[in-house]
Formats: sequence, structure tokens, C-alpha cells
Amino acid sequence: MSDFINWGALTSVVVVGLVAGAGLPALYALGVRALAGPGSRNGVGRLSPVRVTAAVAFLAIVLSAIVFAIMLIIDSRA
Amino acid sequence: MTEPVLLVLVVATALTFDFTNGFHDTGNAMATSIATRALKPKQAVLLSASLNLVGAFLSLAVAATIAKGIVNAGVVTLDVVLGGLVGAIVWNLLTWVLGIPSSSSHALVGGVVGAVLAAVGSDGVQWDGLVAKVLLPALLAPLVAILVGAIATGLVVRATKDVPQDTNDRMFRWGQIGSASLVSLAHGTNDAQKSMGIILLALIAADAVPQDSSVPFWVVLSCALAIGLGTYTGGWRVIRTLGKGLVELEPRQGMAAETSSAAVILASSHFGYSLSTTHVATGSILGSGVGMRGASVRWHIASRMFFAWSVTVPAAAAVGAACYYLDQTIGSYAVLGLLAVVSVGIFAWSRRKPVNHKNVNDDWDAGTESLIAESYIDHDPSLLVMSKKRRKMEKKRRKRLAKLVKQAKLEDQARLAEQNAQREADHVGLH
Repeated sequence: MSDFINWGALTSVVVVGLVAGAGLPALYALGVRALAGPGSRNGVGRLSPVRVTAAVAFLAIVLSAIVFAIMLIIDSRA
Repeated sequence: MTEPVLLVLVVATALTFDFTNGFHDTGNAMATSIATRALKPKQAVLLSASLNLVGAFLSLAVAATIAKGIVNAGVVTLDVVLGGLVGAIVWNLLTWVLGIPSSSSHALVGGVVGAVLAAVGSDGVQWDGLVAKVLLPALLAPLVAILVGAIATGLVVRATKDVPQDTNDRMFRWGQIGSASLVSLAHGTNDAQKSMGIILLALIAADAVPQDSSVPFWVVLSCALAIGLGTYTGGWRVIRTLGKGLVELEPRQGMAAETSSAAVILASSHFGYSLSTTHVATGSILGSGVGMRGASVRWHIASRMFFAWSVTVPAAAAVGAACYYLDQTIGSYAVLGLLAVVSVGIFAWSRRKPVNHKNVNDDWDAGTESLIAESYIDHDPSLLVMSKKRRKMEKKRRKRLAKLVKQAKLEDQARLAEQNAQREADHVGLH
């Protein structure tokens, strides 16, 4: 069996798939939660700066991952 | 047959394959966005088509190889390529009409393997390569994707469970559009490359370009246009199965599924362990149903797909072999004739129960009431206009109802009459 499955490559695919494929949606979800989750707005309906910063940080990570993915796609021609 | 004519036929068939590839795979990227109404159906296919087009231009260094490591390079002649392409197209069309997502690259490999078998026998096929590069990945891809999709969905749902639903829907629709766009772009790059490779191979074989030629610009342009046009045409049947048939999706699941697809596809092409986009996308959607509590997965539909995937290579191979045989005994025109007849037949079959951008999102087990409810929600009165078929069905239903009512009335009357008679009899008895 080990001849038929390239275990090294498969493991890399699973690990990267999990980190990016599950991690990025989770970060995005945390960003959404920071902006709109319970307790996100105070008595006068304002967002706390901490939450805004957190959301921006999470979304920035997600956006940079997208940029990285596009670079990977372009780079795959080589 | 003279080489130039065969060359033109192969190029035309390769472009046709490229077209069916685009149109079969629209759903991989866009089915979830359409199902959760992140995008209107027409917007979704337009976006996906544009990105496929752009993606095709990104794939510049195309190798003139086909099914490398799966069949012996020496036996791949133009006739073999033609048989393989026709086998792949026929399988793509057949799975499309049945609404089954299926891998275009596996179909192509199958078709070529069949044609090689017909041409030189089993020596021409590298069976180890076929198992390691095609058959096993077909089993593994959905498993990996289900795992990633399920974990992604689980995490997302956990993190956002106390966020209002409408906020979730709005935010995750955006995320969904982004991740679906990545899948489209990657698809354009990877899959248009295959058709370009085939055309380059044909050009080299016919001495139309030198051995070490890069891809001529007209090839890039025509392949990009073919895959873009195919994507825009939209394989609505496949989109419907993926978006509505497997799991009832909400935007959070759609976003998790599509991101998981993008990640697994990009990782697999980066690490050189190629997994089929179709298998990964389907697996991710299934995973998004597994990972969310309360979501149900229609496993019987999924198992139909798994079955189709397991027969993709042999089925396309059978057609490929038949085409090669036809090509050798009668001529290449016969192969194209067969392709035309089969295509027209399948198209006619699809017209009997058309699926298009208007009904792609109908409830999976649709009844009239849900249709009306849906059109009411969407304020789209055009949905209320009944198709001929539905009108006919509705007429039948009314007739059946009328019959039932009539029967009930008759029974009522009979019971009344009986009661009357009984009462009369009692009356008589009293006296």
C-alpha cells in the first residue's frame, strides 16, 4: 500500500487543509463574533475599540491568506 | 485520413472538452453561493466564468503531456487523443444530465486509457500509476474534504452560535463569495491547462509547431474562452445537486465548505498530490453537513455520486476504446458523428426536465406550496408562472382531488341513504 499512496504529500495536504481550510473560517467567525456577538455594543450601542481591533486583526489575517492563495495560483504555472 | 484534418478535429474536440469541463464544474465553486443566495444564479456563473477566464491566462507553462505516468508517452497518437477526448466528453455529458458532479480530469484519463488499451493493449498502460494517481486519490479526496469541511463548519458554528442569524448570514455570504472566487480561479488555471496541453501535443505531433514550442497565444485564448463560456452556460443540474441535494446549506456552512475546498485544492496542487476539484468540493459540502448539529445529509444522493466516481474511469475508458476502434475501422469522422449524435440525444433528454437559473434553487422535494412560498419570499412573480410540465402535473393533481371528493360525496350519500332507510325501518318497526 505504501507504494501506492504518497503518505508524505497526503499528510501535508491534510495538515495544510486543516490549518487553512478550517482555521481561516474559524478566524473569520471570531471576527464576526467580535463585531456582532453578545456584549459587543455598550449601553449607547457603540462597539468597544478592543473588539474592533480584534475583528480587524482577524479579517486582516484572512485577507492576507487570500492574497497568498492567489500568489500560489499564479505561481503554480512554474 | 490526412494529418491536417485530424489535427483540426482534435483541436475542435479538445475545445469542446474544455467547454464541458467548465460547464460541468461551475457547481464546484458556485453551488453553495447560489444555494444560500449569496449571489443570484446569473451573477454567480458570470463571476465564476470571468475568474476561470482570468485563471486560464495565468497558466502559461503548459507541458505537452497527457496522462503522464499513467499511459506510456510513446503510444499517445492523435487518434488515441481523439478517442480519449470523446470518451471524456460523453461521460461529462451523461453525468451532467443525471445531475452528478464528476471529475473531468478522471474522465479524460479514463478515455485515454481506453483508447490506449484499444490501440496497443494493456502494455501501454502503467497500472501502478493509474491506481496511485487516479483511483486511490478518488477515494481519499472526499474523505480529506469531509474531514476539513466538518471541522471548519464545527468551529464556525461554535464561534457564531450567539450572533444574530441575519448578521451571520450577511457576513458569511461575503466570505462565501471570496472563497468561491478562489476556487474558480484555481479551476481556470488547472483545468484550462489540460486542454492547452492536449492541443499543444496535437500541434507537435502534426509538426505544426517545433518540438520545444511554448503554447501559441491563440491556443491560450481559445481555451480560456471555451472554459469561460462553458462555466457561464452553467451546469445547472450539477449546481442543483451540489447546492440543494446533498445538504440544506446556510451561509456559514457554505463559507466553511468553500474555504475548505479552496485550501485542500491549493494544498494538493502545491504538494503535487493532485486531488480532483470535484471530489474535494463535494466532500467539503458533505462535511459542512456533518459538522453542523441539526443539519441532515442526504447520504443516498452522496452514495450515487461515489458510485459514479468509481465507474468514471472504466466507463470513459469503454467509450474511449470504442471510439478508437471506430476511428481505425471507419475513420475519424465516424467518431465525431458518434459524438454529435450522443450530444444531441443527451441534450434532448435534458429538455424533458430542464434545470436552469430559475428553478435551480427550488426545494429538493418540491411541492406547489413551497414553490408559492418561495416566490412570495423572493417577490419574484416569474416563479409563479407554471411550466408546461408543472401545469400538467397540477391538472392531474386537481383531477385526482376532484375524483376523491366525488367519491367521498358518493360515500356520504350512500351512508345517508342507509341511515334514512334504517330510520324508516325503525319507524315502521315502532308502529
